[in-house]
Amino acid sequence: MPTINIVQAVNDALRAEMKRDDRVVIMGEDVGKFGGVFRATQGLFQEFGSDRVFDTPLAEAGIIGSAIGMALYGMRPVPEIQFVDFIYPAFDQIVNEAAKMRYRSGGQFTCPMVIRAPSGGGIKGGHYHSQSPETYFIHTAGLKVVMPSNPYDAKGLLIASIRDDNPVIFLEPKSLYRAARGEVPDEEYVIELGKAKVVRAGEDITVVTYGAMVRVALEAAETAEEEDQISVEVIDMRTLLPFDIDTIIASVKKTSRVVIVHEAPRTCGFGAELSASIGERALLHLQAPIFRVTGFDIPFPYTFEQDYLPNETRILKALRDGMDF
Amino acid sequence: MSEGLVGILDPDGKLLEGQKVPSINRKDLLRLYRVMLLNRRVDERMITLQRQGRIGFYVGSLGEEAAIIGSAFALKSKDWIIPCYRELGAALLRGFPLFDLCCQLFGNEQDAIKGRQMPNHYASWKLRFGSISSPVGNQIPHATGIGLAARLTGSKDVALVYFGDGATSEGDFHVALNFAGVYKTSTIFFCRNNQWAISVPRQFQTASRTLAEKAAAYNIEGVQVDGNDILAVYSVTREAADRARRGEGATLIEAVTYRQGGHSTSDDPRVYRDEKEVQEWIKKDPISRFKSYLINDGAWSEAEDASLEEQIKDEIEVALKKAEKIGPPSMDTMFEDVLDTVPWHLEEQREELRASQDRDSAQQDRQPE
Repeated sequence: MPTINIVQAVNDALRAEMKRDDRVVIMGEDVGKFGGVFRATQGLFQEFGSDRVFDTPLAEAGIIGSAIGMALYGMRPVPEIQFVDFIYPAFDQIVNEAAKMRYRSGGQFTCPMVIRAPSGGGIKGGHYHSQSPETYFIHTAGLKVVMPSNPYDAKGLLIASIRDDNPVIFLEPKSLYRAARGEVPDEEYVIELGKAKVVRAGEDITVVTYGAMVRVALEAAETAEEEDQISVEVIDMRTLLPFDIDTIIASVKKTSRVVIVHEAPRTCGFGAELSASIGERALLHLQAPIFRVTGFDIPFPYTFEQDYLPNETRILKALRDGMDF
Repeated sequence: MSEGLVGILDPDGKLLEGQKVPSINRKDLLRLYRVMLLNRRVDERMITLQRQGRIGFYVGSLGEEAAIIGSAFALKSKDWIIPCYRELGAALLRGFPLFDLCCQLFGNEQDAIKGRQMPNHYASWKLRFGSISSPVGNQIPHATGIGLAARLTGSKDVALVYFGDGATSEGDFHVALNFAGVYKTSTIFFCRNNQWAISVPRQFQTASRTLAEKAAAYNIEGVQVDGNDILAVYSVTREAADRARRGEGATLIEAVTYRQGGHSTSDDPRVYRDEKEVQEWIKKDPISRFKSYLINDGAWSEAEDASLEEQIKDEIEVALKKAEKIGPPSMDTMFEDVLDTVPWHLEEQREELRASQDRDSAQQDRQPE
């Protein structure tokens, strides 16, 4: 099995789906001949031609607005938003149109499409190349939201998203694009949306996380095991909506302690929803408050990027606080 | 970009000098007239219904019937119509049943959109008549996408999108025209310039001399037409559709017309516009103009008109009475169609609602007579 990175896994998934289904088209800024600023669509223009992979004018609302029309007509557009920080001009089209089309038409019209966008910090991108806006989309009825943490999941989740009949926001952790490498089968496969994965089994405390923070959480878990003999279970959410509550609750019932980790700001972040959901279902199983280690409630800073992002030290503190409570 | 306002009939329904009547057979001419009149009478009836409190809201198209119906008539039945919210006439022309309209206005169990949207937000997959949303201009790029998809798949289908003069100020209008220009999409951008965006007159939307001239910046065809002249509207729209089918790209049509009524039943235009202006436009009314033309042409008579009026009145009453008797949809449907299947969290919320409903009805049962 070849070892590849996330960019290559995304590229693999796109190629596989374009071969399988000629309704699949890729559109966005610089995705054509150039292959995207992160190279995720590299070679696809050359392989499939300009009717299947094409550059668009520089207007996110136009990219998503046109993609909606194409989806209505029966195509399967996979638009790329160059950085998720630039998605807001298309927010109205996503929230009021793509997400609502099925519901508001009584199921007559649907809008199957996958909006891919690099997300999160860690690349010295400052405020406008580092944001984690997943909460806006998780909060919006009518969307699915997916975020892989490794190449294997990236391929399987993206294929599943393209085959899904709903609009999917597919967030790619850009700090891991080339940093995360792993074995990925050449052939196509699907990872069912809505299923989390226990990426490290443990007995004492559960870390719930996703995207680029999975790695950081795993490192913290190793250290906690070595230094404090704490056995940490780590759950990678993979799909943020609909999220896999069962996997979380099963783990919480075992460990009775929870730390939630995400890059996005804390207030009304996804961690708040997870925390409330756990409380509603498993309060009496909990031996400690649910701790959150998140980005701070400030605009994403440039110079202090590494201090803003949850790191091993902060996660370790939360793990120890959880154990000592 | 064509210069000047395209017109075929004068306000009295007489042929303008040098103009030719487009080739439309008599049966179709009478069908167009019938749908215009039906549109007008339905609007009037529903506005009354709203005043009586029997429906919550209504948006009519008084004065804009020629623009709406003439343009829709220029399309083939497989072509897509992406409506704004004032295009009942286009839906009726395609065969949208009055009963279905009434069910949507009541949001009842037979409503195709299951009581999910306020009145006038109907949709019909079968008629290729898109789903209506309220935010102004949002629908415009969808027609660009449909026109692009048609081109990419080698189809001859055309997408026509309706919007008002106010929508030309929205970003979505500009991105839609820009994309259409770049990709030469099979799209007709049909602007009903009815002079008013609620209380804001046309001159406060843009300093452009015409709305049609905005097409020039995107290098697509632009044309301004007398929107109260159904023959002229048909003619320019047909030309735009033919051009799109030949692969020659998109057209922006500005139909110059007038919103004779309020923006909606929630509006009172007497507060912000001069009644004299309204009266001037009523003299140019699209329905009376077309009726005069048909009568002059020997295709129609006052006697036939009176009988059509009766027929329409009955038709509306029958549909209304039938629809008004139907109860609301099952509350269970509220959680469907959010996604293709009902996920666990919505199933859980549906259970929560069911439980509260059961308790409410149990309490009601205990109330003394």
